[in-house]
Amino acid sequence: MLIVVVMAQIIALAVQVQRPVAGTSTDAIDQGKTMLLRRWTVAIVTPFERLLHGSGSTVRHLWSSYGDLRHTHERNQALQQEVARLRQEQASLAEDAAQGRRLQALLNFKEQYITKTVAAQVIGTSGTDRSHTLWIDKGSADGLKPEQAVITPDGVVGKLRDVFPHTSQLLLLSDSTSGAGVVLESTRMRGIVRGTANGQVQINNLTADDRIKPGEKVLTSGGDQVFPRGLAIGVIESIAPDPQHQPYTAITVKPTANLTRLEEVLVITGTDSKLPADAKQDVEAAEATAEENRRAADVIAEKLPSLHESSSQADDKAPDAAEPGKPAPDLTKAKSGPVRTQPAIHPDRYSPGTVAPAKDLKPGEVAAPPQQPKESR
Amino acid sequence: MAEHSYTSRRELDQYTFHPAVTLLTPLVLVLLQAVLPKVWPRLVILDLPLIGVIFFAIARRNPIAGTLTGTTIGLFQDGLTNLPFGINGIAKSIIGYLAASIGFTVDVENVINRMALNFGFSLLQSGTIYGIMRWLLADPTVRLHPLYELLRALCNTVVAVPLFFLLDRFKVRE
Repeated sequence: MLIVVVMAQIIALAVQVQRPVAGTSTDAIDQGKTMLLRRWTVAIVTPFERLLHGSGSTVRHLWSSYGDLRHTHERNQALQQEVARLRQEQASLAEDAAQGRRLQALLNFKEQYITKTVAAQVIGTSGTDRSHTLWIDKGSADGLKPEQAVITPDGVVGKLRDVFPHTSQLLLLSDSTSGAGVVLESTRMRGIVRGTANGQVQINNLTADDRIKPGEKVLTSGGDQVFPRGLAIGVIESIAPDPQHQPYTAITVKPTANLTRLEEVLVITGTDSKLPADAKQDVEAAEATAEENRRAADVIAEKLPSLHESSSQADDKAPDAAEPGKPAPDLTKAKSGPVRTQPAIHPDRYSPGTVAPAKDLKPGEVAAPPQQPKESR
Repeated sequence: MAEHSYTSRRELDQYTFHPAVTLLTPLVLVLLQAVLPKVWPRLVILDLPLIGVIFFAIARRNPIAGTLTGTTIGLFQDGLTNLPFGINGIAKSIIGYLAASIGFTVDVENVINRMALNFGFSLLQSGTIYGIMRWLLADPTVRLHPLYELLRALCNTVVAVPLFFLLDRFKVRE
């Protein structure tokens, strides 16, 4: 009896993991053959998971409501202060963002903006540390589809695998079958982040490079057509030689989202190459605030010329302070207007002022490489 | 003259369960296994369905029933993962069969024996799953961490002892 049962399961295993035919993925085979079995399991287990999650949420909600009421006033004041600070920060960044968009338009770069998301709650896990998946309470009835990206405000979490009418399986970044195209924030190196068998998140298709250092941010590159570009994945935790895949290195990434304690997630159901209407309004508001700040700075400069001179001197000294090893100057003290970006230390063809105006350019002409600024001693 | 009946030890110690217990206990254990790690992620080290398989197998003392119970619970567990169906199914079929067979030879009411059985079968399951994933599925990234698996076996044993006493209440002598 045992032999028959075990042999039957071994054959079933072999059918599920057979090599994919050209043009089909392993997932497609697995889904075709075992979707029904999984659907039955999910249909039996998830109603109870929802029930447990719902009752737990009610208790937590009651308790947190009581706690919130006790600290509402203080929290409100702190939030108002933060909103004011963020408005100033947003205004100062608006101009740089507008410049970035203009450059992207020149390069015909297709940015993908997140336009639609569906919030979902985590109702259960896979129950084993050999499979890093979660179950969420939204499914195809809510517009979800397999391969859609799942994020939290902290960063990327994973993507959807199996989607059922009212439930979906979320494949975490830490699972050994998951993967995402990434780019290192400062070095702009591209790689693929994958989960390992023991639940770590690693980039293991990059060779050793001195420029890759722990602490560097890892962002989605958008090349995988699943995750929109520029979302936070994590921070490089350690870099070590990968003995199994020489000459590549095993770059361990600490995800910014806490993958072991997820309660609510956002499934990205829609992206667009145009800026969403809400974001447009925010940008316009930020630009208006920036303009007001500029005017106020001009008025102050006219009425108090001495302040303007000292501000100019501070501007002149700024490139020296940008040298490696020296601390960055506190720009908020040196200038009364919005914070502006410093001149690039290593200018490239995208740096402002290094390329001739569009009207002077001729088709097919190769632009001269940017000149490195002379170091001031 | 006193009458002597020829009832074997196997027959004396064989138990059955109410159909509701047979159906609900594995379901509750699989459900808890899926929900508890959400509350406290470290609880993923446990394998409550395995404890259920061992309990039912040694209580029924029927290798066929043990094998089928292990297969059903194992496949059910596989359904909640993204792994192929059969990984837990095969491991738990073997454990169900062995637990039912060992039930004939040892006193399974003894706490020490119960602890030894749970510890041993937990280790056996870890080894079996490693073998399936490493060789049958040819996944070279799978690693066996002996210390972690020992800890898993220990945790399962600690949870199994009170759980066995709780489930003993639902036993019905044949």
